Amino acid sequence: MTSRAGAGAQPVERPTTAWGHRNILDLDDFTPGEITSVLSTADTMREVLRRPVPKVPTLRGRTVVNLFLEPSTRTQSSFDRAAKALSADVLNLSASSTSVAKGESLIDTFRTLEALGADVVVLRHPQSGAPYLAAREVSAGVINGGDGWHAHPSQALVDIYTVQQHLGDVKGRRVVIVGDILHSRVARSNVWGFTALGATVVLCGPPTLLPIEVARAYEGRDVCVEEELDRAVEEADVVMALRLQRERQEQGLLTSVREYVRGYQVNDERLRRAKPEALLLHPGPVNQGIEVSAEASRGQRSLIEEQVRNGVAVRMALLYLLLRGEG
Amino acid sequence: MPGVDRRPLLIRGGRVLDPGRGLDRIGDLLIEEGVVRGVLSRGTPPPPGCRLLDASGMVVAPGFIDLHCHLREPGFEEKETIETGTRAAARGGFTTVCAMANTEPAIDNAELVQFVLRRGRETGGVRVLTLGAVTRGRKGETLAEMEEMAASGTVGFSDDGSPVGDARVMRNALAYSRRLGLPIVQHAEDAALTSGAAMHEGWVATRLGLKGWPAAAEDSVVARDIALVRLTGGRLHVAHVSTRGTVDLLRRAKEEGLPVTGEVTPHHLALTHEAVLGRSWDGAEGVMYDTNAKVNPPLRTQEECAALATAVKEGVIDAIATDHAPHTWQDKAVPFGEAAVGISGLETAAGLLLTLVSRGSLDLITVVERLTAGPARLLPERWRGLGTLKEGAPGDVVVLDLKREWTVRPEEFASKGKNTPLTGARFTGKVVATIVEGAVAYLDEGTKMEGA
Repeated sequence: MTSRAGAGAQPVERPTTAWGHRNILDLDDFTPGEITSVLSTADTMREVLRRPVPKVPTLRGRTVVNLFLEPSTRTQSSFDRAAKALSADVLNLSASSTSVAKGESLIDTFRTLEALGADVVVLRHPQSGAPYLAAREVSAGVINGGDGWHAHPSQALVDIYTVQQHLGDVKGRRVVIVGDILHSRVARSNVWGFTALGATVVLCGPPTLLPIEVARAYEGRDVCVEEELDRAVEEADVVMALRLQRERQEQGLLTSVREYVRGYQVNDERLRRAKPEALLLHPGPVNQGIEVSAEASRGQRSLIEEQVRNGVAVRMALLYLLLRGEG
Repeated sequence: MPGVDRRPLLIRGGRVLDPGRGLDRIGDLLIEEGVVRGVLSRGTPPPPGCRLLDASGMVVAPGFIDLHCHLREPGFEEKETIETGTRAAARGGFTTVCAMANTEPAIDNAELVQFVLRRGRETGGVRVLTLGAVTRGRKGETLAEMEEMAASGTVGFSDDGSPVGDARVMRNALAYSRRLGLPIVQHAEDAALTSGAAMHEGWVATRLGLKGWPAAAEDSVVARDIALVRLTGGRLHVAHVSTRGTVDLLRRAKEEGLPVTGEVTPHHLALTHEAVLGRSWDGAEGVMYDTNAKVNPPLRTQEECAALATAVKEGVIDAIATDHAPHTWQDKAVPFGEAAVGISGLETAAGLLLTLVSRGSLDLITVVERLTAGPARLLPERWRGLGTLKEGAPGDVVVLDLKREWTVRPEEFASKGKNTPLTGARFTGKVVATIVEGAVAYLDEGTKMEGA
């Protein structure tokens, strides 16, 4: 209790924020002002995390459930730390620790969690769109912790936050995302997030790993597709490499990992084509020597570890913004 | 099916439309002994003891024939039964429905064909015909006993829900099709291209992160099957055509004189993949990742809808069929990728099609033809007398109010399947009466029959 008392002496300053969300399902419905609110709130949270006792009583008595129905280390521990730093009660559930394994439906699982007093459920689910189903059926807030190939809004906000710390305004910046775009929820949410703030997003990958009709899918947003990585990285401000799952080769989507590395690995030589101050991001976990070379991932431009550090502050901001008005 | 009502019935003052015979005039339609007696000139006094239905301002047409619906019995009675499915058919203006074979067990032998036909006679609200499976257990491996099923009255063969994927099996099935004079109804889908697919491959799938079902997966199977028709002389009917590519292939096959036909569903004519984003129709209450818009083949693009409408007008597509596919709430209340495929369509088909007519996308006579004489031509000889109002035809009639505006309310469906992306949709044009062999199968609340 001493830590709580100590933290309680310094409450979080309430930033004036534009915010109209009961759930965080994707960034497609976020205004630039709302994204900016998250980023400025994350600044405040980062300051909390630097205190000797990195904890505030803001969400005392509130319950955050992490329902992770697909394995995850980073996102789940990041939400766990974020909720605890805000003094919320946290329940971590996986497929094996719920009745999901016994065939319980997602809706029934959510109703049970709500009956147990969950104020927010962070859901990781292998199926695209699952958080929308959950959000329609329960009154607790739902944060999409990653759904299928569809969206990973908290990760995209971490990426934007990390870039903004180094480059300032992201407006007019060229952000290249390279790799398995087709199956990437991180790429999809980053398209919405970065373009909302006025950046250009270039999606790059082999033809079998690129989605179709991208211009129509993100109509009105500044996004394009480029199959040649050497061309895509020209004048780039940010290069984000995505994890390549080995099973893509078994599925026949790759000629070989060796050819993938030759065409699409982010390495120092390719980064030299980008702007001198260009940044390297990766949502993790990294396959070193596959989608990114060992030198590049440990190099000066690499922000991969910083992304992880910023993850907690950004997720604190999301929990705070979602729960502050209530109770 | 309801018993024959032998009492005379006069449907008065309607626009009698029988596109199979080019008939389109105001008149009084007389049915007696469950059979059409003819169109009387205005003012002819009704026979004594005659039931009277005032149809002034309405369209009086042959009862609709649905070549493709899933009645789910036996095996999936929680989704639908022959009783509830045919009550839904009657509400939708259909007087004859053809049940698909993907039940549990599959309708793959003569006893099961007879079971469906018997249940239809005992419990059905309309006339029930059935297809038999092409292969045993619909596994796509060995042919079912097609000859015995044909002798028991099956109207065609289909593994619908799954394609006959193996070209050798399809070749052999078409060879029997030629001998038996019954069509192979192909669900055209190259499974290697659609494994794990949840919706049309296009920009909506890109946006939602769902695996796409490319149009080429249908086109390539149809192209192969047409080649096999050329080889065998068998009859091919393409179920639920959803692509422009199939339309082009059907057009060329017909020009070549091959025995190849096709059907389209109302939802593929009217709705696009944007329904999955919750945008299906004016007034409809859709949601993001709307599992009620998940159907196989998937809803596609506006361009495909336009090509399908043109094909209906040109007769490249012979029939409009519902592919009525009822499911329980639980089957659909799951993440999109896990949801069952199919739309409960019997009770929205006419309203949706008549609304397309009211908007000028289709014309009334063509729509009625593709629901009556069009499908009747694809049935075995014994049933060719359906789909018309000529003297001596079974007294199967639908009465349509083209001006009636109404709202789709699935809770009012007779079908157990409330799974439609059209909840709340506003339609112009409604079925107000359905008559099967002179007996009332459905009468809209506001419609009264005198002397009944």
